[in-house]
Amino acid sequence: MMNADLRRERAAATFQPELLTHILDGGADRTRRRKELEALVINDPDFQHEDLNFLSRSQRYEQAIRKSSLMVMKLREYGIADPEEIYWFKSFVHRGRPEPLDLHLGMFLPTLLTQATPEQQDRFFMPAWNLEIIGTYAQTEMGHGTHLRGLETTATYDPATQEFILNSPTVTSIKWWPGGLGKTSNHAIVLAQLYTQGQCKGLHAFIVPIRQLGTHEPLPGITVGDIGPKFGYDEMDNGYLKMDNFRIPRENMLMKYAQVEPDGTYVKPLSDKLTYGTMVFIRSLIVGDSARSLSRACTIAIRYSAVRHQSELKPGEPEPQILDYQTQQYKLFPLLATAYAFHFVGAYIKDTYRRISGDINEGDLSELPELHALTAGLKAFTSWAANAGIEECRMACGGHGYSRCSGIPDIYVTFTPSCTYEGENTVMMLQTARFLVKSYTQVSSGQRVTGMVSYLNDLSRQRIQPQHVAARTVTVRLNDPVSLVEAYKARAAWFVEAAAKNLEAELHRRSKEDAWNKTSVDLVQASEAHCHYVIVKLFTAKLAEISNAAVRAVLTELCLLYALYGISKNTGDFLQAGILTDAQITQVKQRVKELLAVIRPNAVALVDSFDFHDIHLGSVLGRYDGNVYENMFEWAKKSPLNKTEVHESFHKHLKPMQAKL
Amino acid sequence: TEGAPTHKYSQGSALGGVNPDLASERQTPSFSVEKLTALLDGGEENTRIRRAVVEAIESDPVFSRENQYFQSQNEKYEAAVRKAVHLQKKMHEMGWTENGPEFKYIYRALSGEVAFLLHTVFMRSISVLGSDKQITKWIPLATQYQLIGSYAQTELGHGTYLQGLETTAVFDIATQEFILNTPKISAMKWWPGDMGRSATHAVVFAQLDIQGKCYGVHPFIVQIRSLWDHSLCPGITAGDIGPKMNFDHIDNGYLMLQNVRVPRENMLSKFCEVQPDGTYVRRGSQQINYFTMTALRVALISHEAVIPLMKACTIAIRYSVVRRQSKLKPGEEEAKILDFQTQQEKLLPHVAAAYAFHFINNYLEDLFNRGYEEIQRENFDMLPELHAFSSGFKAMVTQYCASAVEACLRACGGHGYSLLSGLPSLCTRILASCIYEGENTILFLQTARFLIKCFMAASAGHPVPPSVTYLAAVKPGKCPAKNKFDFLSPDTYTEAYQHAAVRLISSTAAKLQDLIQSGVKKHDAWNECTVQLVQAVKAHCHYITVKNFAETVERLETKGGIQRIMKHLCDLFALHGIFSNAGVFLHDGYISGAQMDMVTASYLDLLAVIRKDAVPLVDAFDFTDKTLNSALGSYDGQVYQRLYEWAQKSPTNTQMNPAYERYLKPLLHKKLSKL
Repeated sequence: MMNADLRRERAAATFQPELLTHILDGGADRTRRRKELEALVINDPDFQHEDLNFLSRSQRYEQAIRKSSLMVMKLREYGIADPEEIYWFKSFVHRGRPEPLDLHLGMFLPTLLTQATPEQQDRFFMPAWNLEIIGTYAQTEMGHGTHLRGLETTATYDPATQEFILNSPTVTSIKWWPGGLGKTSNHAIVLAQLYTQGQCKGLHAFIVPIRQLGTHEPLPGITVGDIGPKFGYDEMDNGYLKMDNFRIPRENMLMKYAQVEPDGTYVKPLSDKLTYGTMVFIRSLIVGDSARSLSRACTIAIRYSAVRHQSELKPGEPEPQILDYQTQQYKLFPLLATAYAFHFVGAYIKDTYRRISGDINEGDLSELPELHALTAGLKAFTSWAANAGIEECRMACGGHGYSRCSGIPDIYVTFTPSCTYEGENTVMMLQTARFLVKSYTQVSSGQRVTGMVSYLNDLSRQRIQPQHVAARTVTVRLNDPVSLVEAYKARAAWFVEAAAKNLEAELHRRSKEDAWNKTSVDLVQASEAHCHYVIVKLFTAKLAEISNAAVRAVLTELCLLYALYGISKNTGDFLQAGILTDAQITQVKQRVKELLAVIRPNAVALVDSFDFHDIHLGSVLGRYDGNVYENMFEWAKKSPLNKTEVHESFHKHLKPMQAKL
Repeated sequence: TEGAPTHKYSQGSALGGVNPDLASERQTPSFSVEKLTALLDGGEENTRIRRAVVEAIESDPVFSRENQYFQSQNEKYEAAVRKAVHLQKKMHEMGWTENGPEFKYIYRALSGEVAFLLHTVFMRSISVLGSDKQITKWIPLATQYQLIGSYAQTELGHGTYLQGLETTAVFDIATQEFILNTPKISAMKWWPGDMGRSATHAVVFAQLDIQGKCYGVHPFIVQIRSLWDHSLCPGITAGDIGPKMNFDHIDNGYLMLQNVRVPRENMLSKFCEVQPDGTYVRRGSQQINYFTMTALRVALISHEAVIPLMKACTIAIRYSVVRRQSKLKPGEEEAKILDFQTQQEKLLPHVAAAYAFHFINNYLEDLFNRGYEEIQRENFDMLPELHAFSSGFKAMVTQYCASAVEACLRACGGHGYSLLSGLPSLCTRILASCIYEGENTILFLQTARFLIKCFMAASAGHPVPPSVTYLAAVKPGKCPAKNKFDFLSPDTYTEAYQHAAVRLISSTAAKLQDLIQSGVKKHDAWNECTVQLVQAVKAHCHYITVKNFAETVERLETKGGIQRIMKHLCDLFALHGIFSNAGVFLHDGYISGAQMDMVTASYLDLLAVIRKDAVPLVDAFDFTDKTLNSALGSYDGQVYQRLYEWAQKSPTNTQMNPAYERYLKPLLHKKLSKL
């Protein structure tokens, strides 16, 4: 039986959620295929298990390993080979959670494919494909993460024996964090500073066996283990690795690009731009992940808010659904709009990457720097926003949000490391800033720039007039997304110019590096404004592609809410830059509240469109049928503290105390 | 230099002294760290007592928290019970009493990880709501731990809105008993601490029904477990509500009642009583009770919000001077991450906020002590203001601190994500403070009601409580600052905050009036204004906090450099607020665009100034290593060594790996024919 409130909400929707689901999936056929794969997993008894919330870390790790091994076999049995389909399948099996073979499948195998010589592929690839070799990718060290050049692990070439000697010379150089390293892997691709003929040649990758095949015991010279409990990622054995004079044959250095010859002569690689490609790809996945994680949290919070009744709006009337409170709508609907915005941004980056990687294969790298700069910033922007948004969703569920049965704590702790990994967010924003400043400098010297930064070209035209670019008035129409894109564009331009000018002023006073550091708060703001503009622009552009009028109408409302809410949260920028007046700001805020009421009837249908299966959602509060309270009770009864009626602490501590006092 | 107290080294003696990167930060503080600690404690004598309590607790192995991060829910619960029981003994041994000066430091020394906190609430509710006879009967039993109590108010379906509770207590004249029932699933008691496993009794809140008439929510003492073998009493279903984000050590419980009968004398009857014939009598004023609830909110600000923020700041700042990453200049050594402007901007405003909230907490405590004296004299005039203060500041401070603690976690990069950093547990714990003792949005709106009422009264020329007289004295005008240095004048920024608060309150009040005059029903009009009302209350609380900080700085002694550094922090706190909420100040042109650039310039200058004292400023919070329980934040800064040694003690390393035998071995060994 479906909860009556949810049934009413669904009946009142003005559009068909399936149509929107198709848009999110990129077509009806892809939705169908996704659901087929989902059914394969959900109907498979091999993939069932007890609620993870009640398991210890060690049990969770064990379940994950069990499922991962089955998953690999079944993927091959079903002949699933398309990367996106593998991603879906894996995500259903592990319910959106990490697993110990992630780095084997996602980093070890692909790195072999792209960086190993044919001879190395022969030796390692098939055994790894058949899981006789399980590998991980050991880059991060205790003392160094994002700043790769600072890594301290050394690999010194010994021409006498034709071996590399690997060492972790300091405590800070211990490899720390790689997933699957702690307990699962028997090999690792280790990044180390290469020393040959007395010279350091920088970071290179080496295939290092770490555990004995057969006994799984660490090899002599290798110290390896689990780094202990974390905020989340319980099923992942993030590990440490310390190497003491550990020798590997010369042939274990990945030598498709750079090489060390038997006598120790170093041969340089041709280009290092190619590595950009992998980074762009992985960061684009994080943008998609931001959208999905936030969508899951929104689904839970909005369904629960439609089921939960509390307090009174009007004396004498029944308690209203908490979703009818303006403050609750104000907490949740902008996040819902954000989730949609990020979906479209994620899809855009993926498509662009796919298009450009075709060009790359033909040797055309011209578009890569911009995409690289853009994805760095968008990765940071979306993961920050999703991180905060998930937490807001949890708070919007009140006390029950704090219980693990809500599922949101789990989403949060699983998602939050993405603000750090694959490039710490602040560092990412500063990378985007470097590109923006560079583009601004090009424009100032009379060159034209293209792509998402082309708005900077207008600055040179503005310069003919004596006033600051900000002073130019934009006629902003608050009901027109296209016009709002212009407002965001003007804000981005204003910030980029301000940051670039501040940087220039600092450059007169101090060294290049100090000036950059002294301007970095401004530079981050400029990047954020640029990313915000890109997101509003892409969301708006998406509207034109939608043929169904009802769906387009509701997405237009969300797009307007996203853009206007963003203005209302950053009024200082728009006022100071002279883009909007006081009166317009008041209108923006009024319009935001009107939109909350407009979106309210479609709120549940809009989260239904994300189409998360209950098993995948993992939330009692967010269940599709809305039967929240009964199921919370059922869930709690399974808690480990309830395994016995009288807890042993009673006999051990309480009773003796009562006797004594 | 005054040398740090030796107890700070408690964990680190084996690791080879203080990390030079941290030692250098302590060489030239601009102020006396010891004096600042004494200021925070409210005098040197308090510092001495606090350190003695902490030392006594931390040197006792029963209270050790070293394995905390490796324990299961069951183990944590057991440890908390063990500590609570042991604490009774310890207090006796040390001669500490509940009225002594040591008592308030015990909870801090235990970091709150102890059972039976709800037992205390159980006792307090009997003392406040019970008749003299009830107090005489129950309090000695509870004090002697002959029974363990809990406080069962919240239900599955209802939290903050008490009138909505659904548990029933029907009076049966024939037997002179109340019959308690949980009529539906959403009426089940849910969340009360100590109730899942420990409690034998609970104060249960239920709708009182006498001969078919409902008299609203009342408290009843209900026995739920046998005093002999701890089994559940007839008609009782109770258990643990399952895993949460934190508070694993507390057995938050559920409770279902089926025709559970308690004698008439078990309804707490200081204010209302049901007489044998079923007559309902109300007596006395409930306002003292109301005051107690209000005081609880203030009490949690320090322990559950400000102190956790201070701990998080200590960990993040110390780690940020130990961690080196990237080079600021080519050819130089890699820089401490605290030397990056962006890192300073992430952390230093939160250090300033920790001080700002410490001082506002002092202010609130004074206010409540005065209020309590008035109430003892049967003068209830201050109550509305006290209620508004406690609601607004509880919400504002917990909300700010929760996001600040999370910001500290994220400022520590990957290692912040390890439980061994101590930050995840601080983070998940503080998040709960935004909900309990009143959900924050609802509390903001309660303060909003007070502010709107006062604004209306002030506009009509009626007298208003002292904290809001500023609403009557609205001065139109513009910010007079001419250069960035003018923004380092407390008068300048305090007035800007005041202006913003008045503008937001008055414009929302005007909108509310307009809506009502245009025929919108009062309640709908209120709901339509709630988003702005919340914003207005935040502005009001922010203003009071800034004003109080500035006034506190005025009064500080100039000796030992204390006043100077606190002035910097006050400026930083104030300018950070303007910088981050620029729109609010620019909106009506009170601050111009050019002035906003000055604010930014002064704000960024301050970061560089305070950077030099960052480590001494967190050292002054005076947390021991055992209290912090963090590999990243220890006093000696031996971060990496400690992380490595601690990780090796993880059960994942000390116990065998069952997954290898069961799954990995077959996986690795068999020549998987299917593959």
